[in-house]
Amino acid sequence: MSSSAEIILKTEGLTKHYGGVHALEGANFELRKGEHVAIMGDNGAGKSTFVRQITGVEVPTRGKIVFDGREVNFTSPLDAREAGIEAVFQNLALADDLDVPSNLFLGREKIKFNLGPFSILDRKAMREATRKALEKTAVKIPNLSNTIRHMSGGQRQCVAIARTATFTSKLIIMDEPTAALGVAETAQVENIIRTIKQNGEPLILISHNMRQVFDLVDRIVVFRRGRVAANLKKSETTGEEVVAYITGAKTDPGLDNAA
Amino acid sequence: MANSELGVGGLKYDPSRRTWPPEINVLMALVLIVAAFEILGRLLMGESFLFNTREGVPGLFNEQRLQIIILQVSIVGIIAIGVTQVIISGGIDLSSGSVVGATAMIAMSFAQVAMVNGNPNPKAVFPEQGWLDLPVFIPVLVGIGCGVIAGLINGSLIAYTRIPPFIATLGMMVAARGLSRWWSKGTPISFPTESYTAIGKGMMPVLIFIALAILFQLILTYTKYGKHCYAIGSNEEAARTTGIKVEHHKVLVYVIAGILASVAAIVLSSRNLTAQAGMGVMYELDAIAMAVIGGVSLSGGRGSIVGTVLGALIFGVIISGFTFLKLDAYYQEMVKGVIIVGAVVLDQWRQRRRSMRG
Repeated sequence: MSSSAEIILKTEGLTKHYGGVHALEGANFELRKGEHVAIMGDNGAGKSTFVRQITGVEVPTRGKIVFDGREVNFTSPLDAREAGIEAVFQNLALADDLDVPSNLFLGREKIKFNLGPFSILDRKAMREATRKALEKTAVKIPNLSNTIRHMSGGQRQCVAIARTATFTSKLIIMDEPTAALGVAETAQVENIIRTIKQNGEPLILISHNMRQVFDLVDRIVVFRRGRVAANLKKSETTGEEVVAYITGAKTDPGLDNAA
Repeated sequence: MANSELGVGGLKYDPSRRTWPPEINVLMALVLIVAAFEILGRLLMGESFLFNTREGVPGLFNEQRLQIIILQVSIVGIIAIGVTQVIISGGIDLSSGSVVGATAMIAMSFAQVAMVNGNPNPKAVFPEQGWLDLPVFIPVLVGIGCGVIAGLINGSLIAYTRIPPFIATLGMMVAARGLSRWWSKGTPISFPTESYTAIGKGMMPVLIFIALAILFQLILTYTKYGKHCYAIGSNEEAARTTGIKVEHHKVLVYVIAGILASVAAIVLSSRNLTAQAGMGVMYELDAIAMAVIGGVSLSGGRGSIVGTVLGALIFGVIISGFTFLKLDAYYQEMVKGVIIVGAVVLDQWRQRRRSMRG
């Protein structure tokens, strides 16, 4: 396709078995810098499994992940984050009893005074950075010191997305970010994604929403039964074709998934 | 879309509906309970519960009673501080009472004097080794070491074998009690050195309790450790996904709980001038009750040391109030049971109401 220097993420034969279940089988995937790619597929097609492997939540059974020019073996989500992969998971990974800044900086708190585990938090700096991140994403939260518990689905989603925007990242992954949202809230999340595109940051979007996918991304990768079933440029495909690949009505003989 | 003009998430913020900290509720409950005893006291006993009514004694309050209340709760209160951070991080510790027993026995046997009234100490545990008249830091360090070991075992079992905290600490509760009985084959250990008895003298337990309470309130509010306690108790999966080392953290939480139980054991044995195998029985439940009364949620993620201290005071006031009204000790136990269950019911009810409000 293009020179490998441009490629930010590449997987070769990525495979994950849960006991006898082959959730992901030999997935080859490429993402270039600045590119937005959608991953589509039926429930259980391997989309979320794929994301869990490249974000370090799980360790793949087999296969190679090359990120930003070097092979990586993430053993924890923190590894992936430190390498520059930020993810918004389906379950959002928010702590209900904490306020917005604490959730944004969960696991990588800003420290004022280092005392190992008892390090003193820099609460002011975290608050300030939170305010900035929310401005950047145009998310309005009435009161930052409120716990997440009291917030609407949209606000919670926005907090989770703002978390990815707070830290400089090389790749953003969103797993069904609008699945539980209303119309207006969905529009806002889509705007955030457009902002990310304008900033030239690459993104992997998992979505079931055909309209949204065609609105937002450059390329569509279809997963079916744990394998990559199609790799389509948006400009060269149609909704019908994508659906045909998702349901298995059409298969791509060019893609060798036997690996 | 009633408020679409405000933008998504731009819902208006109504400060008047801001919920006040739950500690205020606990404080109000404390005030009400004191008032109830004051009224009952005046009606039934013709005496004041809170105020000084004795002729010729200066002071507005009945200082003697207040001192007794806070002294009574401060030793269990020290344990309750440790239990509070365990519950906040989503666990439970049933072993603290037994850890108190075992630590008291072991620490005391390193705090004994060589000579009693000119004769060799008849209760000496290590006379052949000559471990007598040791400087005070040795029994204190040995005691804290016991707490660390108990905490390490509890924490590692819970974090790495993933057995429920209830079961792991229940095992420790039984095992540590056994250890405290085995240690001296059931005989009490006494005759501590003067420097050891100084630890629990006078109002020292209260001072130690207050100092530790302030320290841990600050730790829970202002440090990474505290933040992670709340995060893990609130949503353990989220904490793991965001990269918090949940297993390490849990071990540390139980080690700190063990240390605080051992501090309570040192203070208690020092104050009583003796250690017995039965020391600290039921303390774990009293400590949990103090935390729960103080608004610490048994489902994790919510609560504070300030709340637990207030819960401890409520506990002390009720026990002292029953004595004041000259009610049987049996009633005390029964009412204690009712209070514990009542506090948990209240917590459940608060949670349901919260989730209904969304």
